[in-house]
Amino acid sequence: MNYTEKVMDHFLHPRNVGKIDNPNAVAEVGNAQCGDIIKLFLRINPEGIIEDISFETFGCGAAIATSSMTTEMVKGKHIDEALLVTRDVVAEELGGLPASKMHCSNLASEALHKAIHEYKAKYNLH
Amino acid sequence: MTHRIYFDNSATTPVRKEVVDEIMPFLTELGGNPSSRHYEGRVVRTAVEAARAKVAAAINADPSEIYFNSCASEGNNTVLRGYMMGLGRNAKKNHIITTAVEHPSIFNTAAALEKEGFEITYLPVDGKGNLNLDDLRNAIKENTGLISTMFVNNEIGNIYPVEEIGKIAHEHNILFHVDAVQAVGKIHVDVKKIGCDFLTVSAHKFYGLKGVGALFVKRGRVLKNLLTGGHQEKGKRPGTENVVGIIGMGKAIELAVAELDDEAKRVAALRDRLEKRVLEEIPFTRVVGDPSHRVPTLSNISFRFVEGEGILLKLDTEGIAVSTGSACSSSDLKASHVITALNGDPEEAHSSIRFSLGKYSTVEDVDYTVETLKNTISLLRSFSPIYDEFVNANKH
Ligand code: FES
Repeated sequence: MNYTEKVMDHFLHPRNVGKIDNPNAVAEVGNAQCGDIIKLFLRINPEGIIEDISFETFGCGAAIATSSMTTEMVKGKHIDEALLVTRDVVAEELGGLPASKMHCSNLASEALHKAIHEYKAKYNLH
Repeated sequence: MTHRIYFDNSATTPVRKEVVDEIMPFLTELGGNPSSRHYEGRVVRTAVEAARAKVAAAINADPSEIYFNSCASEGNNTVLRGYMMGLGRNAKKNHIITTAVEHPSIFNTAAALEKEGFEITYLPVDGKGNLNLDDLRNAIKENTGLISTMFVNNEIGNIYPVEEIGKIAHEHNILFHVDAVQAVGKIHVDVKKIGCDFLTVSAHKFYGLKGVGALFVKRGRVLKNLLTGGHQEKGKRPGTENVVGIIGMGKAIELAVAELDDEAKRVAALRDRLEKRVLEEIPFTRVVGDPSHRVPTLSNISFRFVEGEGILLKLDTEGIAVSTGSACSSSDLKASHVITALNGDPEEAHSSIRFSLGKYSTVEDVDYTVETLKNTISLLRSFSPIYDEFVNANKH
């Protein structure tokens, strides 16, 4: 089981880590499979653009890399566009993940979707 | 490659130079089959028997009690399965006692025997990973036929009281098997003192080759073969001998035992330095296992709030090789059953790192590792949601 260079790059130099100021959408999801946790912080402007995003992750290299990649992929995008980001899209962007690590990729996109849906519900954006 | 620090000697050790020198002639000019009657065969036979004598001497056995095989997994399988097959149908003594912290080659084999109708008791361990001998006494029943325990745990390094277990076993006329894979070369192993009937050894844990091991079977004890075939190893383990592996094993065990006392002292000092510095200089760390009953080479430390695979990968890129009991780094996404057995909490396993030092470890290696760990742990904690939560909850 080896990680691609891209995964290692995101693991060793994770983008958008920590907490941003004044997030207006936050979601935490846990992984029943191995017990890992990821938390996303988003600041979405009134036009629905993700102005800023960051993550905190307790998990393996793949979990950290997919968290990092997910934030990078959706930063500056409209929330509806961001919803198109799924675990497979993230994994593909990273040049692939070992099969046993696909669930980690799931975690990041799940958190993203959860944050956006909750944001939408809060502001009645359906 | 730049200098690497190898702190994974419990997984396997590199082959030492003296072993390479010893086997070299058998890789080049001396290529006979030890079963052949001609000169080429006889030379090799002599070397194989010399190696057998060395392995026997190292564990205080008789050479006739040593059977070479391919690895410890084979040895452990031979004992458990060989015992089962030897009983035949409607076996009365179909209860085996083992522990909750065995190596998978015992653990999974015991589980397989369970499916065949055997009854297995897995003795629990306490929070430090130690057995309670009263649990063993209470587990013994009319139909108990075999007790199988490890001498040294591979993940936390605990040394188990095999001599006492041996005594209890024999008071009850129960056969006793010891998996001594992680003990040889680290502490003294003496089959007579232990009073065991079977004992498993593997060469690649003490600077021998991978793919060769030995099983001690006390004279008079019988196990059914796993394999059928030729007359090798007195017909108990057919198949042409792994000649270079065996010869290398003889040399490696001879040196390991001769150097043991000095080397144990040297490595223990390094291990203690590593552990002391980590515990003092990195907050929220603790030792997993029992520091007062441990082999000198190993330290298992948990780094709260961070996941082990992340630590492992980060250290790897900084030139340091370690291992972890984290669920994330196992193929079945299950946390180490050993560390989980200590307190029922997979969380500890999640954050645990095993440092296993060896012959080639130096004080520079230790200090560099501590410095690297300090950075690694604080970096990974800086974006750990559970660390964040903890810090916030404790902000008064
Ligand atoms: S987070 Fe546990 S395997 Fe990836």
